[in-house]
Amino acid sequence: MTTESLPLAQSIKPTQTAELAALVAAYAREVAHRRRRTLIGLAVVLCGVALASWAAEVKLDVLFDNIDNFSSYVAGLFVLDTGDSVITDPVGWFWGLGKWGAQLGDTILMAYVGTLLGAIIGFCLCFFSARNLMKSPWTCAVMRRFLEFGRTVPDIVFALIFVAAFGLGPVPGVLAIAMHTTGALGKLFAEVVENIDMKPVEGVASTGGAWLQQIRFAVLPQVQTNFVSYALLRFEINVRAAGVLGFVGAGGIGETLLVSIRRFYASDVSAILIMLVLTVMTIDYGTEKLRHWLLGTGERA
Amino acid sequence: MNSHAAETMITSDNAGKLRAAFLRDGPALRERHAGLLRLDWRQRVPVVLGVVFLFALLVFGLIYLGFSADLFISGLPNLTFIVGLMIPPNPETWTRVLFYLNQLGQTLGIAFLGTLFAALLAFPFSFLAAKNVVPSFIVHILSRRFFDTVRGVDTLVWALVWINVVGLGPFAGTLAIICSDFGALAKLFSEAIETVDRRAVEGVLSAGGSRIQSVRFGMLPEVLPVIISQVLYFFESNTRSATIIGIVGAGGIGLSLDEMINTLEWHQVSFIILMLLVTVSVIDYASTRLRIAIIGPPAA
Repeated sequence: MTTESLPLAQSIKPTQTAELAALVAAYAREVAHRRRRTLIGLAVVLCGVALASWAAEVKLDVLFDNIDNFSSYVAGLFVLDTGDSVITDPVGWFWGLGKWGAQLGDTILMAYVGTLLGAIIGFCLCFFSARNLMKSPWTCAVMRRFLEFGRTVPDIVFALIFVAAFGLGPVPGVLAIAMHTTGALGKLFAEVVENIDMKPVEGVASTGGAWLQQIRFAVLPQVQTNFVSYALLRFEINVRAAGVLGFVGAGGIGETLLVSIRRFYASDVSAILIMLVLTVMTIDYGTEKLRHWLLGTGERA
Repeated sequence: MNSHAAETMITSDNAGKLRAAFLRDGPALRERHAGLLRLDWRQRVPVVLGVVFLFALLVFGLIYLGFSADLFISGLPNLTFIVGLMIPPNPETWTRVLFYLNQLGQTLGIAFLGTLFAALLAFPFSFLAAKNVVPSFIVHILSRRFFDTVRGVDTLVWALVWINVVGLGPFAGTLAIICSDFGALAKLFSEAIETVDRRAVEGVLSAGGSRIQSVRFGMLPEVLPVIISQVLYFFESNTRSATIIGIVGAGGIGLSLDEMINTLEWHQVSFIILMLLVTVSVIDYASTRLRIAIIGPPAA
C-alpha cells in the first residue's frame, strides 16, 4: 500500500510544476462544477418561490401594513374583559378550568382510543402488506393502497365525513383518528417487519409452524419494541390532532377553542391554548422518556 | 446425538424424520432445557397486567366517549349510503375540474412557500438552541421551550390568528404553515447540529479558523444534507396539511372540500380526494428522487 502511493506523493513535489498545474486545474474544474450545480438549484428554487407566491397570493404590503395587528392580537389575548392584564387575576383568567380540564381529558382519551384502535388494525394489516411474509403480491398491493389511502386523507377530512354519517360528538373524531392512524402505523409496521432477520421465521417454519405461529414466535419478538415506540410517537401526534378535531364538531376541546377565537373571548383563548400546549408538552416529554427506556431495554435484551 | 442432528442439513426429505425424532425426544428435551421452557412469571405478570390495563382503558374510553350499538346501527347505513354516493367520483363539468386544479395549485404554493420560509427562519434559530454552538444552559432551555410552544399550537389555530392580520385567503395559510413548522424544524435542526462530529470543528479551530468559520466549514457540510432531507419530508407532509387549512378559510382546496361535504355533493368530494391522492403520491415520488439526488441513496 505504502510503496504504491509513494510515487504519487513524490509527483506532487513543487518542482514538478506541470503536474501540479494539472492538479490545480482539475480541482478548480471540480469546484466550478459544484458551484454551477448549486447555482442552478438556487435558480430553480427562486423560480418556485415566484410561482408559489403568485399562486398563494402573497401580499407583503398587507403583511407589513398589518403586522402590528399581529402583535396587538397576541397582546390582546392576555387582557381580561375588565381591561386588566391577566396576571392581575389568575382565577378570573382560568375561570373555566374545570370545564376546560374535562374537555382536555376527553381530547386525550379520544387520542388514546383512536391510537389504540388504529394500532390494533394496523398491526393486523401490516403482516399482509410486508413483502417478506405475504407471498401473494396482489394482497400486498391492495393492502398497501388501502394504507396509503388512510394515511394521505387528513384526519380532519375523515372527521367531516364521519360527522355527516354519525352526527356530532367524539365518536366520529375517534373513528377519524383510528382511520388515519391505521394508515400511518400500518405502513411503518410493515417497514419494520420487512427489515427483520428471516432466520427465526425459517426456523419456526422448519419445525412445522403455521403462518400465525411463525408471526407469534419468530416475527413478534423482533418487532415489538419498535411497534410500541412508533405507536407512542403516533399517540403524541394524535393528541395534537384531537385538539383541533372539535373545529368540525368531532369532540374534544377544539370546539370551545374555535368559539372563543371566533367571538374573540380573548383571555379564554390564551388560557385554553396554554392548557393545550402544556398538555402536549407533557405528553411529548412522557412518551419520549418511555420510548428511550423501551429502546434501551430492547437493545440490552 | 443432539449436535449431530443440528449439523444435518434440513431438506424436505428428512424434515419429517427430524420432526418425528424431535417429538419422540420431547420429555427428555423438556428435562434438559427446563430453564428455557419454564414460564418466568416475574417477567410475564407485569406484561399481562399492562395489556389488561391498556384494554380496560380502551373499553372505558369507548363507553365514556359514547360508542354504542345504537349509534352504529343508525350511523353505518348512513356511512355506506355516503360511500355509495361517492362512487363514481364525478366533477360534472370541466369548469369545476379547472377550478379544483387552480385550488390545488394554490395548496402546493402554500406548502412550498410555507416549508421554505419556515426552514429559512428556523435555520439561524436552531444554532441558538444547539448546546455545542451556544453552550449557555439558559439560552438552550429558553429557545427549546419557545420552539415547543410555537409548534404546540396547531396549524389551524395559527391560520385563524393570521386571518385576523392579513384577511381570508392563501396568504394567511402560508403564514400559518411558516409558524407551526418553524417550531418543529428549529427543534429538529438543532438536534441534528448537536449530533455533529466535534473533530471537524476542532480541526478548523486548530488551523486558526474563527468560530464562524468553524461552523461554516466544520458543521455545515455535515448538517446540510440532514437538514435538506428533513425539509423535503416536511414539504411532503405540508402538502397534506395545506389541504385542510382551507376549512377555516385560509386558502387551498380544503375550502371546496368543506363546501362539498356541507352541501352533500359526495361525488365531488370523492373526486377531490382522488386528486389529493394522486398529487400526494406524485410529490412523494418526486421528493424521494430529489433526496437521493442530493444526499445519495439511503444507507441500507
